[in-house]
Amino acid sequence: MRAPLPRSYTNYLGRMLFRFLVTVQGIGAFALITLGVILTQFRKARGVTFPAIIKELSRSGTRLFPMFLFLSGALGLVVIGQTVSWLTRVNANTYLGTVMVLVVVRELGPLLTALLVLSRSGTSNVIELGTARALGEVEALEALGIDPIHYLVMPRVIGMAGGIFALTIYFIIGSLVSGYLWAFLQNVPLRPGDYFNQLAGALNWMDFVVLAVKSCLFGVIIAIITCYHGLAQPLRLEEVSRATVRAVAQSVIACVLLDALFIILYLEI
Amino acid sequence: MDTTPTAPGTPVIEMMGVNVSSLRDLSVIVLENVDWTVNAGDYWVIAGMQGSGKSDLLAMTAGLTPPQKGLYRLFGHEMPIFEGELLKERLRVGLVFDGGQLFHELTVRENIALPLRYHKEVGRSEIEQRVNAMLELTELVDSAGKVPSALGRNLQKRAGLARALMLRPEVLLLDNPLGGLDMRQVHWWLNFLDQLHVGHEIMGGIRVTLAATAEDLRPWRERASQFAILKNKHFIPLGNRPQMAEHAEPLVKELLAEGPSGK
Repeated sequence: MRAPLPRSYTNYLGRMLFRFLVTVQGIGAFALITLGVILTQFRKARGVTFPAIIKELSRSGTRLFPMFLFLSGALGLVVIGQTVSWLTRVNANTYLGTVMVLVVVRELGPLLTALLVLSRSGTSNVIELGTARALGEVEALEALGIDPIHYLVMPRVIGMAGGIFALTIYFIIGSLVSGYLWAFLQNVPLRPGDYFNQLAGALNWMDFVVLAVKSCLFGVIIAIITCYHGLAQPLRLEEVSRATVRAVAQSVIACVLLDALFIILYLEI
Repeated sequence: MDTTPTAPGTPVIEMMGVNVSSLRDLSVIVLENVDWTVNAGDYWVIAGMQGSGKSDLLAMTAGLTPPQKGLYRLFGHEMPIFEGELLKERLRVGLVFDGGQLFHELTVRENIALPLRYHKEVGRSEIEQRVNAMLELTELVDSAGKVPSALGRNLQKRAGLARALMLRPEVLLLDNPLGGLDMRQVHWWLNFLDQLHVGHEIMGGIRVTLAATAEDLRPWRERASQFAILKNKHFIPLGNRPQMAEHAEPLVKELLAEGPSGK
């Protein structure tokens, strides 16, 4: 017979589990409300919301492009260049395309892009919305008959989904090109034509579909979680930083879990 | 909102046994059993000490929080109304927040234009025209391109007033409009509210029903037509000017008393 856990442990675990379930329920409800607003009110007040969507696309996409160009180059040099080089040494060049597609297209590209956008735009979502909440601006919106989900959350969700999708594509292209450049500098006997033929051979239509769905879903998840923590509960200014930390941690976990789901999907196929 | 104005004397706000919760925490009741009727054309001032629930009462009146108990009718419609077709009814009430509560990312001009642009009641040129007229009227032309954080408290409050008036509400709720203002600004606000009450051109000549909260009754005693105080979680109607002046409630005397400096 096992000795019962000390009361404090059971209390602690119970509290943690309860808090986790409440958070999941809250985020789930917030996501459903947001989805409902997007589906039913997408075209409402276009003069206000469409410019906001473009602004968010710029914030979570275009403006981050230089950073992504640099990071994709660095990833290509650090990871892919070495992989190409090592595969060549063990005469496994024929697996090159498969490895690249597996590592960059399916895994690192979307996930790293999502995490980087989270660090830049996701955090500012929580801070901006949390501050607006703490200063009573959300109540002011409601007093003017403006739905905060429609005005503040919908543009962020659409903008972040589009931004992450576009940046993922650029990130993957940048990594694959810079990876080849690194291998070229190391005198790996691989012609550009062969390299890209292998890549093209390893890719199938499912990769493009899953890449698009996965990167957009990362954007939606990050936007929902960060907006939830900024908006859903009344905040005081001093609570905004804690809300930001919580939102980042939960977004990372959610993205990794979603990525794992997609891995299972790939394995099933 | 451009709807047929309510005839003077018709009830626009009717509360019967309403419990008002805190805007921050709906589980906290700040006022109990509020019975309050506002007729079209009234000019109410509700006074109370800090923390007495003035802002929460106005937030609930504007439809930001639901009544926790009792019956609240706005223009004959039972509240709460948060969305749908009846939202237009709720928008016949405007709310001016204590600090203006302007959107910090938008300029003053964008803040003022937002309600019209969002609800798209009128065309772009008319929006521009109405915003310019409102900026002139509230003497905010020079601040139009500035963000709220670059403005002083007085101008933030004025911008909040201008924004609330853009939808041409029939009832205007003002949360402590004179709080933290100097005498010149106090006069400006009182004169402006008087003009709204008798029917300003910018509101299409419609008489705006006013309900303001205050921490000091003195500036209002010659202006408002109906008075009430909030004390110990209760809404206590005081009646009209003479009735208020003669009221036995000690808090009324306190709120009408000269300050320590004799002001």
